[in-house]
Amino acid sequence: MVSIQSVCTSPSSLTYHDLPWIIKHREDRCTLCGRCTSVCPVQAIYLTYRRQRMPKLDILQKKRGSDYRHFVGIRQRTSIENKCIGCGMCSMVCPNEAITPTPNSNEDRSLFHINQKGEAWKRGGRRNVSGRTILDRIIFDRISMLTDPALDAGRHEFNTNTILGRILPPEEFLRRKMAGEWIPPTREIFPFVIGSMSFGALSPNMWLGLLQGVAYCNEVLGIPVVMATGEGGCPPWVLKSPFLKYVILQIASGYFGWDEIIRAIPEMQCDPAAIEIKYGQGAKPGDGGLLMWFKVSKLIARLRGVPEGVDLPSPPVHQTLYSIEESVMKMIQTMSMAFGFRVPVYPKISGSTSAKAVLNNLVRNPYAAGLLIDGMDGGTGAAYNISMDATGHPIASNLRECYLDLVAQGRQNEIPLFAAGGVGKNGNVTQNGMALIMLGASGVHIGKYIMQATSGCLGNEMGRCNVCNLGICPKGITSQNPKLFRRLDPDEVAQRVVDVFMTINTEMKKVMAPLGRSQSLPIGMSDALGIDDPAAAERLKIRYVC
Amino acid sequence: MCRLALKTADTPFSPYEVLTAMEAMQEGYDGSGLGLLLRGVQFDDFNYRGDLPILSGIAHSEAALQRLDEFMTGRGYEMKYDHEFDITPGLIEAKDRLKYIIRVYKDPVAADPSPEAVEQRHMEVRLDLRRDGEEHGGDLTIFSFWPQVVMIKEVGWPLAVGDALGLQDGRIKARVVMAQGRQNTNYGINLYACHPFFIQGIATMTNGENTAFVPIKEWLIGKQIPGYLGYQSDSEVFTHILHYTLKKLKLPLEVYKHVITPLKSNELDAHPQGEFLKGLRTACRRLIIDGPNAVIGTLPDETCLLVMDHKKMRPASVGGRPGVWAMASEICGVDAMIPDRDRSLDFQPMREHTVIIPPHRKEMVIWSQFNPFALPQAA
Ligand code: SF4
Ligand code: SF4
Repeated sequence: MVSIQSVCTSPSSLTYHDLPWIIKHREDRCTLCGRCTSVCPVQAIYLTYRRQRMPKLDILQKKRGSDYRHFVGIRQRTSIENKCIGCGMCSMVCPNEAITPTPNSNEDRSLFHINQKGEAWKRGGRRNVSGRTILDRIIFDRISMLTDPALDAGRHEFNTNTILGRILPPEEFLRRKMAGEWIPPTREIFPFVIGSMSFGALSPNMWLGLLQGVAYCNEVLGIPVVMATGEGGCPPWVLKSPFLKYVILQIASGYFGWDEIIRAIPEMQCDPAAIEIKYGQGAKPGDGGLLMWFKVSKLIARLRGVPEGVDLPSPPVHQTLYSIEESVMKMIQTMSMAFGFRVPVYPKISGSTSAKAVLNNLVRNPYAAGLLIDGMDGGTGAAYNISMDATGHPIASNLRECYLDLVAQGRQNEIPLFAAGGVGKNGNVTQNGMALIMLGASGVHIGKYIMQATSGCLGNEMGRCNVCNLGICPKGITSQNPKLFRRLDPDEVAQRVVDVFMTINTEMKKVMAPLGRSQSLPIGMSDALGIDDPAAAERLKIRYVC
Repeated sequence: MCRLALKTADTPFSPYEVLTAMEAMQEGYDGSGLGLLLRGVQFDDFNYRGDLPILSGIAHSEAALQRLDEFMTGRGYEMKYDHEFDITPGLIEAKDRLKYIIRVYKDPVAADPSPEAVEQRHMEVRLDLRRDGEEHGGDLTIFSFWPQVVMIKEVGWPLAVGDALGLQDGRIKARVVMAQGRQNTNYGINLYACHPFFIQGIATMTNGENTAFVPIKEWLIGKQIPGYLGYQSDSEVFTHILHYTLKKLKLPLEVYKHVITPLKSNELDAHPQGEFLKGLRTACRRLIIDGPNAVIGTLPDETCLLVMDHKKMRPASVGGRPGVWAMASEICGVDAMIPDRDRSLDFQPMREHTVIIPPHRKEMVIWSQFNPFALPQAA
């Protein structure tokens, strides 16, 4: 029996079988190069000396004794702060395929102890709900067959663009045109928008790569892709460059970066694509943005006008004296005015049962240029785990409800609805986006998909990685540490951005052609949708198919 | 694919001529129904004064006919003429047709005699009667109530329907006749689903399919404009968009093409009215049609038009000579309607074209979307 004193245990001591990921290490292959331990972002593994007793029996001398062998091996740490996150960087760098993380099929006991020192668990990433989503299950089933032959996706001409900006009813447009009055600004854009990821959350290389890719899509391929900045401003060289027209500048409750932006207005060569006012985020409704101190580097501090190395939590709501409606109205008007009423200004809210109320409010605000609804499957750079897991509203029914509300008022052409939150979360980005468009969205925002597809983000829906908040992103995507972000080549990111948008553009045609649509984006073409779930079909008011 | 034929002439002619054109185009379609619109009508047993409204429809029961009479009397309309077709029973497939209604009424003396008010009342009568029929199990079907316009819709082979109604006897003639042989493939058989569609004097018919039907329909219904209802056929929205463009937006006929099939941004960049048209395209974005379609239509002043879809995916031809013109989905239809014309002047519109035969019928106007048009105030 082992003596009590020698059992080293405390309430939170775990063994590696209690952790979500277990390291499988093959000593027979390991050459002890040490690459895995040095690359591991959380120091989950370490090189260690071990001593093995070799029992020795000298029969001739009738003596028993021990010999000792020393060896060096890789071991997994079991402390909470060093638990393996399954990122797989160790296997990526191992020259001998000697190490790999494997998901623990047993329960994850670390969840019970992750709240050390009274700190609730904060992380980056996603909601971690795997499996097919409702969007994945929607199919396009109204195929042109008899009287209208399907189109040829390869040879016919397709208009795959959408409009961002307030659209006047035709009568009102003509009246104002004749009277020479103000017509709200609109932009013709590609309906898949790179969603808000801040310069701060993302590394400089990631941001540069995205912007380069977006510029190429616009200027060489003629695909008018735009990207949103997220809160935290925009590098001054971008503000003063002709690329600004591909950028949606976000203003959020912390107003980080807006000093720089306002100061740059006189020097801007062109207007930004739009201004997004963030009121909520799908992944963490009711929470403001959060940039943890690990990521507030010198550059970020300068851009945001704050000291280095401090946590930057934005308040959950915009500071306002009276009601949120008033704040929305004032902010939209102020931002419109700042840019001479030439730039669409629209709010972004979290998916919520109250989205319809917000929408109805916007319909009455003549300056509101659209509404972006972000569902709970969206991602974030940093949030409390509980916010990510349990608060919010899935996007599909939320968007549909809002669209049908506009239809009932005959105003579905006026306030374009954009949807986000889990679009492409299982890789089906075009299918998910087109499903939302046919449910009534004018376009979709994609964030996580872009990170995964263009820069190889390791996060997945099984809780892998998700340490974006800590500045230790092993791919250099969400880190401000030059040692890490140098791993990411902006040119390669740009290349992937181009790959992604060329593919989406082709796939959109492959969806539209059989439906006999080519002249305009099939917004609200719900007669083309089917789903194999009667309850979802009823809720979304589309056809049930089986 | 549906067959379309339109003939317009200075001298009234029998609609049967157009039905023979339908016969010429019969190959390859099922001829499951006929829709006819006559404009500029003339009856041989009644001296029709052109401004009196004509009610067209079908009563399927005595009760319906009686309610119709009561309704019209109640609204102060006095019946001046009741056309009786020489019907050959047995040639009509449907068995519940009590009476094909073509009746001329005299408008009541009204407080507001302005043309707009009269037009509005005519439409209200049609809509009220239609609703009445729908509320009574569909025993009354009403197609139009408008001066100069007669509409007939029936299930069956077009020529057989014409024979059944004795249209060859020349008792009804018209200066403009639109006919559509319907291939019923998309939705259930319903007389209201049959082209041409009609609203306030404006009528169109189509030989294709509008794949953007549902979002357009939802938008039109949302406008809550009286008469924007029905939509038993995806093609009905073409008529309502034309009505919306001309009557509600008060834009010239040419703009219809820019509403339903706008040019691309780079094409508009080079267009003299590009800036206005871009704005219009954005504002009317939900009215952009899709799918293969040639739209043939007529307006109250007897203007005839033919608009091609944006990809030229449907055939359509126009031919004729000063005084008489024909439009048809197939060229043999034009041949059947006007054999003695200079065929080298026939025109087959391409994707950018609108063909307009003005009321004077002296020429056919070919208008390209790339050309500017007269836009009085706005552009
Ligand atoms: S998978 Fe990632 S976190 Fe786990 S040991 Fe390997 S490098 Fe470290
Ligand atoms: S790879 Fe980077 S961005 Fe992706 S989940 Fe890990 S830390 Fe976050």
